[in-house]
Order: sequence, then C-alpha cells, then structure tokens
Amino acid sequence: MSVFKKLIASAAMATTMIASPAFAEDVRIALVVKALGIGFFEAAAEGAEEAAAELGNVEIIYTGPTDTTAEGQIEVINSLIAQNVDAIAVSANDTDALVPALKRAMDRGITVISWDSGVALEGRQLHLNPSSNALIGNMIIKLAADHLPDGGDVAVLSATTTSTNQNIWIEEMTAVMGDYPGINVVSTVYGDDLADKSYREATGLMQSFPDLDAIIAPTSVGIVAAAQAVVDAGKVGEVNVTGLGLPSEMAGAIESGASQSFAIWNPIDLGYSATMLAYELSQNGVEAAPGAEVPMGRMGALTLDDNNEGAMADPFVYDASNIEQFKSIF
Amino acid sequence: MTLSRFIPVRETILAAAIGVLLAVVASRFAGFIAPSNLANVFNDTAPLIILALGQMVVILTRCIDLSVAANLALTGMAVAMINVAMPGLPIPIIIAIAISLGAVMGAINGVLVWKLSIPPIVVTLGTMTIFRGIIFLISDGKWVNSHEMSPAFTGVPRAEFLGLPVLSWVAIITVVIFGIMMARTQLGRSIFAVGGNPHAAVYTGIDVGKTQFLAFVISGALAGLTGYLWVARYAVAYVDIAGGFELEVVAACVIGGISIAGGIGSVGGAVLGAIFLGVVKNALPVVNISPFWQLAISGSAILIAVAFNAQSGRKKGRIILKDAEVRS
Repeated sequence: MSVFKKLIASAAMATTMIASPAFAEDVRIALVVKALGIGFFEAAAEGAEEAAAELGNVEIIYTGPTDTTAEGQIEVINSLIAQNVDAIAVSANDTDALVPALKRAMDRGITVISWDSGVALEGRQLHLNPSSNALIGNMIIKLAADHLPDGGDVAVLSATTTSTNQNIWIEEMTAVMGDYPGINVVSTVYGDDLADKSYREATGLMQSFPDLDAIIAPTSVGIVAAAQAVVDAGKVGEVNVTGLGLPSEMAGAIESGASQSFAIWNPIDLGYSATMLAYELSQNGVEAAPGAEVPMGRMGALTLDDNNEGAMADPFVYDASNIEQFKSIF
Repeated sequence: MTLSRFIPVRETILAAAIGVLLAVVASRFAGFIAPSNLANVFNDTAPLIILALGQMVVILTRCIDLSVAANLALTGMAVAMINVAMPGLPIPIIIAIAISLGAVMGAINGVLVWKLSIPPIVVTLGTMTIFRGIIFLISDGKWVNSHEMSPAFTGVPRAEFLGLPVLSWVAIITVVIFGIMMARTQLGRSIFAVGGNPHAAVYTGIDVGKTQFLAFVISGALAGLTGYLWVARYAVAYVDIAGGFELEVVAACVIGGISIAGGIGSVGGAVLGAIFLGVVKNALPVVNISPFWQLAISGSAILIAVAFNAQSGRKKGRIILKDAEVRS
C-alpha cells in the first residue's frame, strides 16, 4: 500500500516538475536530524514540508544517521556536499565534531544553519534555538515547582553526560534556583536516552531519595521511562514526572497521573522556521550578523545575538486539559 | 570424575564475586540487599538472562549472534503494532507470534551460516542492520506509546505470581528448560560437541551446520520472546530500543565463562554472568558514583572477569570432548 502511495506521489511529483517553468529550478534544502525515527524530528520534517509548500520552489531532503552519532552525521553531510544542495539545516549530535565538514560545505557556497541542537560558531551561519535556553531552564524547574507550593526535593534525569542541550538547560535551571525557595535539586543522573537505562536510573532515584517529590527529565526518552518507573513503583501522586516530552508519547503518563504537566516547543514550527531561515540566507541574500533580523514566515523574525543565535518562541505547557488535542499532532 | 565436576569452580567464584559486589553495595546503600529490591534487580535482569542463554547456545557452536537486540526490537515493534491494530487479540497468541517471528529471524541467520558458510559475525552484523532498518520501514519511524497499547499487553510481564512478576518467572522457566536441554538432550550434547571439536563431531554423526542453524533458531526465538516482554515492560516501542544490548548479552556470556572459541560453557555460568552485570547496572545508580565513572567501572568489571576466565579456562580445553565420548 505505502509503496503504491509512494509511486503515485513520485508520479505526481514528476508531473509537477515537468509542468513547472524551466527557469524555476528547485532550491534543495537538506534537513539533517540527530537520528532518523525520532518523533520530534519527523514532526520537524512536516514543518519543513509546510515551509517548502509555502515557498513553492523548495525541495526538502530529510536525512540523518540511523543512530545519534556525530560520525554518522558527518557521513550524511559529506554526501550532501557531493550532491551540491543549496542549504543544510542541521540538528547536531556534537557541538564541535561537525565543524570541519560544515566548513567544507560553506566553502562550496552551501548555506549552513544549525537548529535545535547547535554547532560551534565557526561551523554555521546562524543557529536557531527552539526557545531560549534560559527560558527552558526556567520552565523545567517551574513545572516541578508549580505543583510543590510548600517546596520539596526534585531530581534531574538527563540524557547522556555529553548532551549539549540537556547540559545547558540544567545549567540555566541551576542559575534560577534562587527564584524557587524550598525546592532542592538532590541529584542529577543520566539515562543515556535509552528506555531501559532511564527506567533503572529513575528507579534508583526513588530508592536513594524516598522523599523525592519530582523527577525532571528534559529528554523525551527519559521522561517516558521515568513515568513508567513511577507507575511500576506505585508512586503515582507522590513523585511527579515532568520536563520535556512529546504529547503523543506522554499521553499515557498524563492519563495515569504519573505526570501532571510537561513542556515542549512545537517541532512543526521549528522545522518550518529552520527551512524559512535557510531559504532567506541562501536565496534572498540576507546576511547573518549579530543584531540582524531574519524573517521566518508566519513565525515572525529571528533576532540574532552576538553568537549569531536566536530564539524562536517560548516552550508550551501540556497537561490534562490539552493533551487530547495535541497527542495526535506530534 | 573429580570433585570439580560437582562443584564447578568458575561458577562458584563468580557467585562469590556477586556476593562481594552485593556486600560492597550494601555498605553504601543498605536498602539494596533488601529481599524486595533483590527481586527487583532479578526482574530487571530477566531479559538479559533469557538472551544470554540464547547467546550461550550460539557461542558454544563457535558462532556469535550480534542481531539479538535488533531481533528483539523488531519483534517488539511488530507485536506492539499488532496490539494497536487488534487490541482484543489474546496475549498468549501475541507471545506465540513473538516467539515465531524471532525464530524466523534466527533461522535466517542460521541458513546463511549453514548453507552459504558465511562467517556468523558477518551474517549477524548484516541482519542486525537489516532488522533495525525493517523496524524503521514498518513503523515509519513512529513510536508506539503506552496509551496505545492495551492494558493486558503491558500488564502480563508485571503481573505477580507467587510473589514474583511474570517476567522473572519466564527467566526462571527458561533457565530450567536450558539446564535440562544442555545436560540431558541429544541437541544439548551435540551443541557442546560441535563447538568443542567440529571434526570429531562430524565423525560421530552430528551435522555441524544443522546444529549451528538450530542454535540460531533458539537464540532468535528467545530474542523474539524478550522483544514482547521488553516492549510491554517499558511500555514503549521505537526503532532504537535495546540499542547496543547485543554487546551486553555477549559480555554476560563471556563473564559467565563461555569460551568465545566455542565448546566450553554452562547454563549456570551464563545466568551468573547476566546477574553479575545486572547487579552492576542496578547498583551504580544508587551508590552515588559520578556517572562519568560508571562506564569505566562497568568496563573494568568485564575486563577483570574475562582476564580471569582466560587464565582459568586454559586447562579445561578437552574435558568436554572426553565427556561427550563417554556419553555417546
């Protein structure tokens, strides 16, 4: 069935290509993700397609390695350079490891931006943060604190010890701890973004800290595993699991009560904005420089800071009141 | 027959090592050795025990199965999707599907090794990637989440029976079946014979290729069974589940004294090797050791165990073959 659909789709695409005027050569924008098969990135690809449809003459190449390694991404980037795409928008598995490959791409005149998980300054023209790190850091502790009016002990379940995103968010969270008196972060553990290890770490937290009130997991694999661990330990209502997750994956945890609320930005908007930004830089001659405002369609404009970085929007909170509406979206 | 036939040295030392490990952990976190927690640790280790037994059979025949984790993930995804499509399908049927699907994948490995004589490490490296790829194709990269699975589907492994979850019981039953199979059946003895000395095995009328094929089928079937248990336990199925788990399974076997060159090993060794790793994995989060040290500690434990086995394993080279001759 899906093969049949693909045939129809390619036939339709071929017809469009023949029908479109010869001078309108497609702009090829590659969306390189951390790994294929992650719901979040699938949703971002959907947003990229939306931007492509809006722009008209854009072809999206959605690609990435099969596991979250920098080596895999370098291979993918090298192959994209060989295909001479117009722009590469990458969510990096490593801040520094991709820089040489991306520099080579820029030397060949390919527009390079990073989004979601950043690349070092010299490896890209601009970086699109889904939200500002400070806002996310504040949000994850706020989510826990909102349900603990009298204060309490919370623990952090992160991805790997070297995950760029999670480390920055935890740092920002620590910076604003003063705003939440009575909330103590008792431990930070690492589940390596594996369901079984995250589950084990969450179980370990509940054993080591019997009075634990909340587990903050700023990673989509970790938050789901922690919620399951809380359910299995019979601690629903005692330990609130919160952090960053996808509505479709967290619907069960909200339903069971293991999680009161969690937050995430909209990955569809993120893929959309990344595509728009890559298009502006590559086709409309917009210069990425500190202080510049780069338009990104319906999402407004991205204001770049001294590191050529900008924040798209605030993270959005999901709870029992809106989970039904969003769980089918992403 | 010497006394060491009845008190296997390697298993005793490994059991003692686990005891020492538990004592060290208990000195830092007393709650770890509470019976209920030990039951939890055993339950958490159950998938590793089941897979280690399957891997043991394969390694004994001088092969290796690196596709077990991918097989587990593919079967897990397949049964999760079947459950979403047909929530009313009884769980015994789901389990039967899981075992058969896993066995079919194991048979693919087995046929390639048997009929085409491709080195097992190459075959299973290939099928490992292929199986992961197929998960991506059938799932379109999407997750199957807890709220989409039926309560019966996720409930079976955690249902309690005589104080232990079903997951633990499955591991225990598998251990018993393997204990009988390896010691008392023709298949079990021919697995040792094939790995111990394939040429001699041929002279005694054992089909080496067929025995290796059967070993892969057994390993695949167990991976399939574990696939269901894994997905049901963590209540989530996605492409990367159990990523890298095949190495843990091989590590459990090696720690348990199963010779990577084939022919030497025991059910008890594989089980203790898995339990050793399980204790390490469960203890590290509660003893408050920096996560940066945890990987180094796990790795060193494996190296020490293997170095020890390499030392003590040398003189045992031909004992099994003599044993096989005596019996046949």
